[in-house]
Amino acid sequence: MHIKVKLFATFRNGRFKEAGQERQEGTNCRKIILELGLTEEEIGIILVNGRHASLDHLLQDGDTLSLFPLVGGG
Amino acid sequence: MENILDFLLERLKDGLLPWAAQKEAAELFGWSYAAVEELALENGIFPARYQRNRNMISVAEQLQLFRSSVAVIGCGGLGGYVIEELARLGVGRIVAVDPDIFEEHNLNRQLLSSPGNLGKPKVEAALTRVNEINPAVTVTPIRDAFCTANGPELLEGVTVAVDALDSIAYRLELAETCTELGIPMVHGAIGGWYGHVTTQLPGDSTVQSIYRNWVEGKGIEKHLGNPAFTPAVIASLEVAEVCKIVLGKGDLLRNRKLSIDLLDMEIHEIPCGVPLELVSAA
Repeated sequence: MHIKVKLFATFRNGRFKEAGQERQEGTNCRKIILELGLTEEEIGIILVNGRHASLDHLLQDGDTLSLFPLVGGG
Repeated sequence: MENILDFLLERLKDGLLPWAAQKEAAELFGWSYAAVEELALENGIFPARYQRNRNMISVAEQLQLFRSSVAVIGCGGLGGYVIEELARLGVGRIVAVDPDIFEEHNLNRQLLSSPGNLGKPKVEAALTRVNEINPAVTVTPIRDAFCTANGPELLEGVTVAVDALDSIAYRLELAETCTELGIPMVHGAIGGWYGHVTTQLPGDSTVQSIYRNWVEGKGIEKHLGNPAFTPAVIASLEVAEVCKIVLGKGDLLRNRKLSIDLLDMEIHEIPCGVPLELVSAA
């Protein structure tokens, strides 16, 4: 299946802003995150097609996954 | 003795109350600056300091702002700018909450910090600053950390709470307390070039939704720190939300979060806390 991954803020460093990826059916958000070299603790918001999703969410062909880092300073 | 209202009316200039007259009235009649300001606004008189608000904030709305009480939780990067802007806007009461003292690493961004007040409590600087820029505003400095235990006491009688905290755990406690007390909360957070802002009204669970994946610890700010400009941007957006909540106008950032990237100059709107569609019982 083909998915689109969009990265935001510091997640772009050394990676990309947006990229198309070929993945096996049954791939969840966690697998993509770990393969990007990110950790679960760094994740702020996960959106799939603009809606909040969990790490375990299974991606479908044509999905857009957006990842935002955790921001908590003041 | 002459009536204080007549005293003020005689001293209007172009229909506005000059600060000198407000000050003179307070001293002559033994009133606080705040009491004189309220009397003026109640009688449709604009203190001259607010004249550039006039075409966007009516005198009745200026009175609403004056009669509101805003709690600013955290007086560091975000909080310093938030307090400055609330005082200049004319919010009548500010409750400033922070347990910390100023340290040298605050000087790159925290508006209330200066070499002269290193080692001094942040809330004390908040009081001094507001008294200097708008003496009609009453500041209640509280040198304590906000938590669910002291929250109800700290937020008693507050119109809006502004999140200017630097800890996700305390933010979630603030959100919980605001929900329990039915107080609107404006949430902002920053880290490096990045920040976000949203507004949570009573009954919403927006802040919990934003941090749904959080387990413990800090975000990107832990490594990036914060520069001079990011807190100013996010704090200003927070104050605009406070102004609109108090005045009941405009579209709030409700059920949506603005995520701001100052490095690539991008603003993204993220849906947050939109409740699942309810199945009709009929």
